[in-house]
Amino acid sequence: MAKTNTASSAHAHEKVAPIHGGILPAGAKAPDFTLHVTPDQTLSLSDLRGRPVVLAFYPADWSPVCGDQMALYNEVLPEFQKFNAEVLGVSVDGPWCHAAFAENRHLHFPLLADFEPKGAVARKYGAYRTNDGVTERALFVIDKNGVIAWSYCSPIAVNPGADGILQALEDLPK
Amino acid sequence: MATLKVPIVAEDHAQGPENAEVTLVEYGDYECPHCGRAYPIVQRVQKHFGKRLRLIFRNFPLGEMHPHAVAAAETAEFAGAHGKFWEMHDLLFENQESLGEPLFLELATTLKLSPTAMQKALEERTYEARVRADFSGGVRSGVNGTPTFFINGHRHDSSFDFETLVSAIDGAMRKEKSA
Repeated sequence: MAKTNTASSAHAHEKVAPIHGGILPAGAKAPDFTLHVTPDQTLSLSDLRGRPVVLAFYPADWSPVCGDQMALYNEVLPEFQKFNAEVLGVSVDGPWCHAAFAENRHLHFPLLADFEPKGAVARKYGAYRTNDGVTERALFVIDKNGVIAWSYCSPIAVNPGADGILQALEDLPK
Repeated sequence: MATLKVPIVAEDHAQGPENAEVTLVEYGDYECPHCGRAYPIVQRVQKHFGKRLRLIFRNFPLGEMHPHAVAAAETAEFAGAHGKFWEMHDLLFENQESLGEPLFLELATTLKLSPTAMQKALEERTYEARVRADFSGGVRSGVNGTPTFFINGHRHDSSFDFETLVSAIDGAMRKEKSA
């Protein structure tokens, strides 16, 4: 079972050991990125500086489960919004696929297409599965200063739920 | 491993003895087909373990995906407030394909509850807070879809087919004995 890592005592410039799947740990600066959020528009992480960001990498749209991870976060959105957190879903699917998926699941948060170059942003976060060509199920809670406060890599077949994210948001300094 | 953050309380809907060796908590959505599939399996599991197992049901409606799920949950809570929770729970799962207010009112009549009172409760969202509290507690506990099962407080991460559930519950019982 993957371990979590929190930044309660780490400083951003200290060397922090990589964890399961090599994802970026708490304390690391969250790499900036610009990805398509719709076929015509892009979104950059730095656009969201000043509020916490929940970055959820997931393998693919359209898995045949009604409570899949993105649908779950959609239901939980009001809880995330209590912390003024923005939620972003990221997979290697293209923006048209995301558009259809978001419409089908009535998603109220953006899905980003880490499509071209494939998985480039996931790689920066240590969250790309080179054998499968999809991203890990990796979660990052990024504080309002752009530093990763918490990260977790779930086994690919297990939906990690929202409890770790909510705990991390609660633990952020006010 | 995700653990239940909301302890079992008197207000929970329970079937089975309070001091049962194992408590199985199900977070479910009446409009979810997976929960519909789990419904007869859970009943089989209950038959299998008899008095050794207590079942608790809590609401986890995926309201964005399932348009009738929240109202169905409130319907069951209304029935629960009148002593007929499990009867309504069962009828809802047995009638998943026709969920909606006409069905809810019909089921109220079937259970000798007042359809007028139920309609009022649904309009006034009398049981919204209860359903929402179940949902929040579930999210905090790591509920990651429906159905999600907790066996003695630990989230069950494998399949909910009969054999796998029985095996997991047996495991929890062995742990209890050696504790």
